[in-house]
Amino acid sequence: MTTDVLIKVENLQKYFKGDMIKALDGVSTEIHKGEVVVVIGPSGSGKSTFLRCLNLLEMPTGGTITLEGVDITDPGCNINLHRQKMGMVFQHFNLFPHMTLLKNMTIAPTKLLGKSKEEAEKKALELLERVGLADRADAYPNQLSGGQKQRVAIVRALCMEPDVMLFDEPTSALDPEMVGEVLDVMKELAHEGMTMVVVTHEMGFAREVGNRVLFMADGRLVEEGTPQEIFEHPKSERLQDFLAKVL
Amino acid sequence: MEQWISNLKAQFILNFIEQDRWKLLVTGLGNTLKITLVACLIGICIGVVIAIIRSTWDKNHETMRKGFGKGLLAVVNAICKLYLTVIRGTPVVVQLMIIYYIIFASSRNGIAIAMLAFGINSGAYVAEIVRGGIMSIDAGQFEAGRSLGFNYVQTMRYIIIPQVFKNVLPTLANEFIVLLKETSVSGYVAIRDLTKAGDIIRGVTYSPFMPLIGVALIYLTLVIFFTWLVGKLERRLRDSDH
Repeated sequence: MTTDVLIKVENLQKYFKGDMIKALDGVSTEIHKGEVVVVIGPSGSGKSTFLRCLNLLEMPTGGTITLEGVDITDPGCNINLHRQKMGMVFQHFNLFPHMTLLKNMTIAPTKLLGKSKEEAEKKALELLERVGLADRADAYPNQLSGGQKQRVAIVRALCMEPDVMLFDEPTSALDPEMVGEVLDVMKELAHEGMTMVVVTHEMGFAREVGNRVLFMADGRLVEEGTPQEIFEHPKSERLQDFLAKVL
Repeated sequence: MEQWISNLKAQFILNFIEQDRWKLLVTGLGNTLKITLVACLIGICIGVVIAIIRSTWDKNHETMRKGFGKGLLAVVNAICKLYLTVIRGTPVVVQLMIIYYIIFASSRNGIAIAMLAFGINSGAYVAEIVRGGIMSIDAGQFEAGRSLGFNYVQTMRYIIIPQVFKNVLPTLANEFIVLLKETSVSGYVAIRDLTKAGDIIRGVTYSPFMPLIGVALIYLTLVIFFTWLVGKLERRLRDSDH
């Protein structure tokens, strides 16, 4: 792990319904290049909101997010360009149902990166091959199983050659027997050195693949550390409680 | 009975065959179809634009940053709402006459004016159909598009609108059928559409039965045909529903 800071988050706040609900209440952290950061916590703790703020799918109420030295929360910043560098994978896949898998994967590179159709398709097929779905390139998303859809969603994001991948509970909507195939793709990605921020309930994945684990509760970053520190020696009572329930 | 049939035959010859009166109906039918088709296209263009503006406002005005963009959107949205209220709140005949006699008072190109008038009218209904279609698309589709780096307009164009069209196509086709019948008021501004053609024949021959029933049957045939076409379209869309 190098120490280059890729994303710097300072005092991030997100309030809903006026100021009634504090989904994020001052979160600060740094994501380094090549690091796999796993965010865990009870539901409603703000971990998904945190992740969605990183690419401004949720507009933060306060605080700053700096991506590669640029403050993306600045109103003058063109967020669309920065989102191209941040791939995102959703709980419910969100593949485009009216397009074939190949089209799902090539539309953004051709329209946004100016790649030729051939170039984009070559890259897409390579990636589909890697996740074992090259023979389904002309299928439509609804012809796939959940696990297959999520694998396609991951490689769709990779087609944009992002610097960081954000995963928002990527296995939560899957049947149990399909969780493994998606986690395997993510593990492989991590081993290749992709910077990843993963919100998940898969403690096994956090322990095995994570370089650093963030534990969130009530919109705050309660504890962070290596998987050993978090899982073997939890300091805060909140984390001890949480681990007692999920492990 | 025999007398009745021969009477009917005489009526038919008088109203349709003599002096080639059937040609009036053919021309009228042509005008009706022309007006309907072009008005439908105008309606779809107006409707889609308004639907996008309205749904953009509905979805985003609570979370948008204050500023010029939001102010502009608020004004445009208010104009769209006013258009919808006025168009849906007044009869199409009145709208047609206002456009013909007031707005385009100096032009006598009736058919073009009717196309525009019915297009503007239809746009209001199409807008609400398409807006419903946009609002029914899962928010995750927007987010997926935006997360890849598409801006709002690109996300609409490449991801949302194609899905909306597939969903609302049957409803839009029904709007076309409604429009076909609505154009029958074109005669109010001296356009010889199908209805007017029948009425002209009635006025000449002084026998209302044959021309009016004839016109009704032509409309009915057209509507049955288009309904059948829509049904086929719907089945095709369902079959390709991946």
